[in-house]
Amino acid sequence: MERILEVKDLRVNFKVRGGIVQAVRGVNFHVNKGETVAIVGESGCGKSVTAQSLMRLIPSPPAVTTGSIRFKGEEILTKSLRQMETIRGKEMGMIFQDPMTSLNPTLSIGKQITEGLVKHQGMSSEAAKTRAVEMLKLVGIPNPESRVSQYPHEFSGGMRQRAMIAIALACNPSLLIADEPTTALDVTVQAQIMSVLKDLQTKLGTSIILITHDLGVVADSADRVIVMYAGKVVESGKTRDIFKNPKHPYTRGLLRSVPRLDQKKDEPLIPIFGTPPDLIKPPAGCAFCARCDEAMRVCVNNDPALVPVEGEGHTAACWLNHPLAGEGGESA
Amino acid sequence: MIRFVLKKLLFIFVSLFVLASATFFLMKAIPGNPFMSEKEIPRAIKEMLEAKYGLNEPIWKQYLTYMNNLLHLDLGMSMKQQYTTVASIIGTGFLYSLQLGIFAIILSIVAGVLLGIIAALNHRKFLDTFTILLAVLGVSIPNFVVAAGLQYFLGVKLRWFDVAGLNDPTDYVLPMIALAVLPAAFIARLTRSSMLEVLTADYIKTARAKGLSGRVILVRHALRNAILPVVTYIGPMTANIITGSVVVEQVFGIGGLGKFFVNSITNRDYTLIMGLTLFYAVILMAARFLTDLAYAFIDPRIKLSSRKEG
Repeated sequence: MERILEVKDLRVNFKVRGGIVQAVRGVNFHVNKGETVAIVGESGCGKSVTAQSLMRLIPSPPAVTTGSIRFKGEEILTKSLRQMETIRGKEMGMIFQDPMTSLNPTLSIGKQITEGLVKHQGMSSEAAKTRAVEMLKLVGIPNPESRVSQYPHEFSGGMRQRAMIAIALACNPSLLIADEPTTALDVTVQAQIMSVLKDLQTKLGTSIILITHDLGVVADSADRVIVMYAGKVVESGKTRDIFKNPKHPYTRGLLRSVPRLDQKKDEPLIPIFGTPPDLIKPPAGCAFCARCDEAMRVCVNNDPALVPVEGEGHTAACWLNHPLAGEGGESA
Repeated sequence: MIRFVLKKLLFIFVSLFVLASATFFLMKAIPGNPFMSEKEIPRAIKEMLEAKYGLNEPIWKQYLTYMNNLLHLDLGMSMKQQYTTVASIIGTGFLYSLQLGIFAIILSIVAGVLLGIIAALNHRKFLDTFTILLAVLGVSIPNFVVAAGLQYFLGVKLRWFDVAGLNDPTDYVLPMIALAVLPAAFIARLTRSSMLEVLTADYIKTARAKGLSGRVILVRHALRNAILPVVTYIGPMTANIITGSVVVEQVFGIGGLGKFFVNSITNRDYTLIMGLTLFYAVILMAARFLTDLAYAFIDPRIKLSSRKEG
């Protein structure tokens, strides 16, 4: 399969008053053409920062981004701002979490769709408007001809997110980054938005990076899953493997904390206790160690590497997967 | 839209009526009258004068007569300047104040908005601090000090401009700057804080993710949203400036409206007091009305007919 995105050893550091926050600490992953990769993890695990740094949307300063992001064979991190302008919106589109605030309240929906088209594809404003109507129809907005000249406040939350998708996909980018696209929406609308995305993906062949903390959405729509914790990838693999055979206690914890239909009525949900570590001073060992109920002595001072485990392309960063772990080799 | 305009007009009419009444009775409550002077006027002459201007009538009757004239748009004759109508005094004075005022308004908006944007874009850097410092100075230095300073340095020392008068185009420069400093400083601060807020908004990130250039993002996406508070301020400011500044006009020897405001009261020139007050009120209300229209033009969320949203 053709890889359109390859991220290697991505690190994002923020200078703040108390020191340097290491928001992303050496992340590696790739995205193939036409597939959906989900990045999951709790708030503050670095998933949004990772996503936004793919488009270089993190303001620097205060952020310092190092490593390598190769998109269609070209390095993103060394591009000039002018060059980035030709990639953003044209080659990569992005949808944000809150559709109530991510549309400009003073411009019509049509204008917000067409400005990208006019800039990137040199369309005339009439051609762009026709295309905008097409896009609105494609994302399932009824009466697109009249809706196109309306303003964001005349749209409901779900409709706005559809409009955001139309904006992001107007120039037919090869990669769509959806940063928690359903978090701010009603559950019924969430399903609609996800089906719009899936539908468009099959029509346009777009690759999607789906940032979310909703495992239900992941199970339903992702081909592969990347689990992040404290700025690192702790487990990644095919969606099926991650759900059926999680190899990291954090992934298991996330799965345990989701309510299930076959759960007994009085069976409580099991949360992951504690809070993530301070990323100004990340722990020397496994970052999850303090919250892990399977932690061993080795975990305290030795950070486990991401190693292949059972299943195709399945990797996990946990000492439990070490051959010696099962034999009580705690003194390692 | 039409309903909004009609409603506003009715509101303006009622306001003017209340204002005219209040001013009339307050003015009559001040001791003295236009014909008092150090030298005692013979009783007979005084009575004749009072009869001529209707001042011997009971107050309620004077009030009704005045209001009736007002309905016919007749502001009456000045009681101090013989053979001059109040309308003509306002007319000539306003011409100067308006000319000067319009330039000052344009200057203050352009300078204020530009400085505000520069400050916001350089948040917490040198240019930001510098602009804020300028703005604080601009707001806190009284305009007669600015006016006198300009006269001294640019007029007397450097001889670039004439010190007073309005005889040729360059004469407008100094009074224009003196009038514009305070509003410009105020607008700069408004623009800065509002820009800082807008620049962190999610839709600015969306605009960046679209690959738009920095200039387009700044003007089309940020400034348009940030300008509303400035527009709010520009309305009353415009009314204030074009009706003339007492101090600045005095310093530069310009026969604008400003000085009449003060003189009419010390002279007890009843008709001129009323005329000027109402004139100022009309200008102020017109400016506010235009501000409302501008709102609706800039921000589609604001509907003129129902002002509940936004």
